[in-house]
Amino acid sequence: MPGRLRIALQAAAVLVVALLLALLGWKVFNPDEAPDAGRPAPNFTLPHLNSDEPVSLASFRGKAVVLNFWASWCGPCKDEAPLLESAWNRYKDQGVVVLGVDAQDFDVDAQRFVDRAGITYPVVRDKHGSTLGHYGVTGFPETWFIDAEGRIVGEHVAGPLTEEDLERNIKIALGRPA
Amino acid sequence: MTRRILAALVVALAVVAPAAASEQNPTVSELERELICPTCHETLAASTSPIAERMRAFIRARIAAGDTKSEIKDKLVEQFGESVLAAPPKSGFNLLAWLLPLVGIVLAAGIVGFLAYRWSRSRKAEELGPSADGRLGLDPELERRLDEELARYDV
Repeated sequence: MPGRLRIALQAAAVLVVALLLALLGWKVFNPDEAPDAGRPAPNFTLPHLNSDEPVSLASFRGKAVVLNFWASWCGPCKDEAPLLESAWNRYKDQGVVVLGVDAQDFDVDAQRFVDRAGITYPVVRDKHGSTLGHYGVTGFPETWFIDAEGRIVGEHVAGPLTEEDLERNIKIALGRPA
Repeated sequence: MTRRILAALVVALAVVAPAAASEQNPTVSELERELICPTCHETLAASTSPIAERMRAFIRARIAAGDTKSEIKDKLVEQFGESVLAAPPKSGFNLLAWLLPLVGIVLAAGIVGFLAYRWSRSRKAEELGPSADGRLGLDPELERRLDEELARYDV
């Protein structure tokens, strides 16, 4: 094999190995895991379930956000929906937004769920589940609390919320003593 | 000649006809093997998760409504994205996933063929032994370098 061809093949092999190592390194240092408290909440823009209008998490800056991931086929999500609706009605005039993110679901099922549960807080649809990795969501429901500056605060509740969880963490997100 | 053409047509029909029938009248079980459950990342056939059950019910309803296989898949892709397909679609950027393995196989076969050809040539040269002028059947580059080295000691 001519010397130049051999060198070119060796360089190509080294390049492929380097690229694979870079990919491995990137995955190791950027795993899909829950962001820590105090870190900025990963932003997203998703269509509203009813209107398809884009809703951005960043547009709620200046308000505390209760970010709830759910799906219509999830049993515990049905149980906690009334709690979230009640918290939304109690706190919406105090600078709190409850934002539902429906994922891995059919549009019609999600809409039916919202209608049956009487949900009036904003719900966005994450058809491709693109936000799940950024928040390290491994199941439904999961809830995050975000303060007015867009930072993750309080507890990350993986599983159904209780009324106490909601009250305590909303107060933390509002910067009030719990 | 006519017989050969007829035979080719029969073979082509035998391949195309079942595929067309499957497209027009898909079954739940074949779609279950071609679709992925979005929560557990297994095929629907292997999954018992709630969303897999719901997707099976959707597929049954769409088959009953007379949808083709492509129409059912398109509707599921619209709901869950392309990751719901067990195999990437044969169009656009995804076509690369189908073509690259073929290109790899052809390239690998080319490299193996080239190396085998070179190896057989060098074996032949070794078997022939030195040429009439007493020189070995060496690679011209190697022969040039050998001549240069020998010339250094030529006194």
